[in-house]
Amino acid sequence: MEDLQQFKQTFFDESGEFLGVAEAGLLRLSPDNVDMEEINAIFRAVHSIKGGGGAFGFSDLVAFAHEFETVMDGVRNSTIPITDDLVDTLIRANDVLGQLLANARDNTKPRAGLTEPVVAALKRNAATLQEPDHSDELKGTESATATAPAAGNGIFSIRFRPKADLLLSGNDPTFMLRALKNMGEAEIECDIGGLPTLAHLEPELLYLGWSVTLVTDVKRSEILDVFEFVSDESLVEITEHVTEFNKPSGSATAIGKRPGPAAPLELQELSKNAISGNLTVIDDISSAAQSAPSSPRSGGKSTSSGDGAHLTSHTIRVDLDKIDRLVNMVGEMVITQAMVAEHLRDLPPGEFQELLEGLEQLAQHTRELRESVMSIRAQPVGSVFSRMPRLVRELAGETGKDVSLVTSGENTEVDKTVVENLVDPLTHMIRNSIDHGLETPDVRMAAGKSRTGTVHLSAAHRSGRIVIEVSDDGRGIDRPRVLKKAIERGLLPAGSTPSDEEIDNMIFLPGFSTAEKISNISGRGVGMDVVRRNITSLGGRIGVYSTPGQGSRFVLSLPLTLAVLDGMVISVGAERFVLPLTNIVESLRPKSSELHGLVNKCDVMMARGEYVRLVYLHQLFGIPGAVVDSTKGLVVLVETEDGGRLGLVVDEVLGQQQVVIKSLESNYRRLDGVAAATILGDGRVALILDVAGLQEMSQHAGSLVSRPQIAGPSTQSHLM
Amino acid sequence: MKTSAALAPAASLRNDVVATANTNEEQYVTFTVGNEEYGVNILSVREIRGWTPESRLPNLPDYVRGVINLRGIIIPIFDLRARFGGGTTEVTKRHVVVVVQVGERTRGILVDAISDILSITRDQIKPPPSMETGMVEAQYLSGLFTAENRMVTLLDVARLFAVETCDDEHPAQKALTN
Repeated sequence: MEDLQQFKQTFFDESGEFLGVAEAGLLRLSPDNVDMEEINAIFRAVHSIKGGGGAFGFSDLVAFAHEFETVMDGVRNSTIPITDDLVDTLIRANDVLGQLLANARDNTKPRAGLTEPVVAALKRNAATLQEPDHSDELKGTESATATAPAAGNGIFSIRFRPKADLLLSGNDPTFMLRALKNMGEAEIECDIGGLPTLAHLEPELLYLGWSVTLVTDVKRSEILDVFEFVSDESLVEITEHVTEFNKPSGSATAIGKRPGPAAPLELQELSKNAISGNLTVIDDISSAAQSAPSSPRSGGKSTSSGDGAHLTSHTIRVDLDKIDRLVNMVGEMVITQAMVAEHLRDLPPGEFQELLEGLEQLAQHTRELRESVMSIRAQPVGSVFSRMPRLVRELAGETGKDVSLVTSGENTEVDKTVVENLVDPLTHMIRNSIDHGLETPDVRMAAGKSRTGTVHLSAAHRSGRIVIEVSDDGRGIDRPRVLKKAIERGLLPAGSTPSDEEIDNMIFLPGFSTAEKISNISGRGVGMDVVRRNITSLGGRIGVYSTPGQGSRFVLSLPLTLAVLDGMVISVGAERFVLPLTNIVESLRPKSSELHGLVNKCDVMMARGEYVRLVYLHQLFGIPGAVVDSTKGLVVLVETEDGGRLGLVVDEVLGQQQVVIKSLESNYRRLDGVAAATILGDGRVALILDVAGLQEMSQHAGSLVSRPQIAGPSTQSHLM
Repeated sequence: MKTSAALAPAASLRNDVVATANTNEEQYVTFTVGNEEYGVNILSVREIRGWTPESRLPNLPDYVRGVINLRGIIIPIFDLRARFGGGTTEVTKRHVVVVVQVGERTRGILVDAISDILSITRDQIKPPPSMETGMVEAQYLSGLFTAENRMVTLLDVARLFAVETCDDEHPAQKALTN
């Protein structure tokens, strides 16, 4: 039973992917953009879902998928013309299919009236199918694909009804079904009629039967051979159809009369096969899904089934837990390696040359291993981006605005966890851009812009982080209105005059929304502050840049991985901290002539022809015993993602090291100016600094009008 | 997700079983801070370890000593003396950290020394006398117990460590205080 559960999970996982493929394809489909490859891909996706659903007995799902498939088949054979109406119907059908899958997964009944309107629409479209022969065939058991002849010349109907105790003898029916499938084009249907209610179900017994339609050129006897080991305990009926159009010409039933159980040697062989079969089962399923539907077009143009097979042979599906364990182990290894390195540093130089060289190599290999492991978890952001066209299409419809979405950098790779957590923030941001940013076509025309507003979504790697931008060419942030709202809501004292940048950033405050009327898209004031919180929890930052009348640009910057980073270990007083290497520009010891006080507020330093503001880490963090005079300590010049520079005054720079990112939040909470923590070679904890956070803290400390606190967890500070 | 959902009820179930099997008797680990003796339910104690130097956390009250590395995870250490207003503990090698688990979170409490493990039945626990209203400390106490001629103050670990996520703490709180 557990096995079945596991296969079901695989089925739902795959179906999710198929739905995505179908949706992406459907969204690109239009009367003037007909790509047969796409259409085939959609058909295959729907067909695969139907096939899998049938195997698990999800009848609602199969019935609906069948209607869907019928229409797709018509589209594919060019018997149904592609119209906008059709595309809309198909997109809706894809949604319903997703809903039915969800119902099947949660074991719930589909809601009433879910499928009917779409089925009606599909039927209407299918009605354009005129060839009677063809539609007759479609009404048949599976679909046209089932009975069409492939390269083979024999069609067999096989009924396989194993005895209930088949599994007890160590046999596995999937093995036989797979063998059949390898003989030719097989359509396999599972008969669950014998399945008792759960209360009467014996977990070790087999209640299922299968009917197989096999198009093949092998002989009957070979098919019988497949059932050799089980024929004495099962019912196997094989009916041969001589040609496609003839009635079954003869049927033969073979009920096992074979001698007793298989010899031990054979059994061994069988189980060996079964094991290797299990290992490749997933591969098999997907390649079957790819190749099965391609058969009806055997006489026609070449298909992409070859491509599909090619793809599956190069990928494997791995349980995420396994990868996470690997990532953790590599993390521990990085720590251990750092520890060994630290101990060996004290050895007299020259004496242990080989040991030190070996260690150097170990460090290099560790780094490479780490990168390889991280790349396993890396995924292109395209998987998130591809959901957005759909959203834009819907929002454009609801708001009555003309919107075009331009995406770029879809292939930028980033850790899976980051990718997954991007969906919500990006959805919110695009909603925000369309709802608040873009104007209606009339307003745009009046402002001398094109009717169609553009939302640009892009991703790129920049200084070891991924930077994602959502920009629009709308009206930009309406600063006077934002300011008015902020004062109305008591977020700012009346009469205050914040800078433009500060006003722009107010849209990230909790409960802030300027939408005049609450629309069902955005305007409930739960948007941008949630976005900011999500991004911050991933160790990322968000900024907004707006030009009135020309649009706004939201810039997200996120770490590529949430596991390891290259850092510089620095010391302040008795404490050590890690600065992300990507933030560091250079470190230098300033001469007193380069230091200047700025209106008694802060110190600045001349570095490479620029004045850089100095931030004393010991002051920000209240560390005793630190070097106070910056000419005696070091200034580490750091840069934030938005280009801001800062001179961080520290005691000493201890060296570069790879560190494993450990969460402070899992057992405690987030702290200002601290991105995370890590464990150094001596087993002590060091905090990883958040440069942008430090910059913000120093501004708070320096400026008199402090900005409103952004969701700061300060209330619990009196609690432990 | 799946595992934590499955584990949470199992963990509280286990606590229930232990509690009922001993017919209402619960075990408390007691420790000293200065002249006072405190106790916490043994079910919440994960381990007791000698003092190792902590790394400080910036801009926090004095009772947050900092964080230490507990076999790869980072846990905060709280100074119980400072928490109850007795000033920061001058640590020596003889000081002890009691590592407690509350819900999903693991924390360490810095105390002077471990003193005892006591089996206490519910009716032996006396309610703390009413203190001045507004004394935050009072809500962390779950009761008082007399062992020979010493008074042991029983701490409610779940409340002592209640942070922002109050809802998360509920199941644990129930398991520990029922």
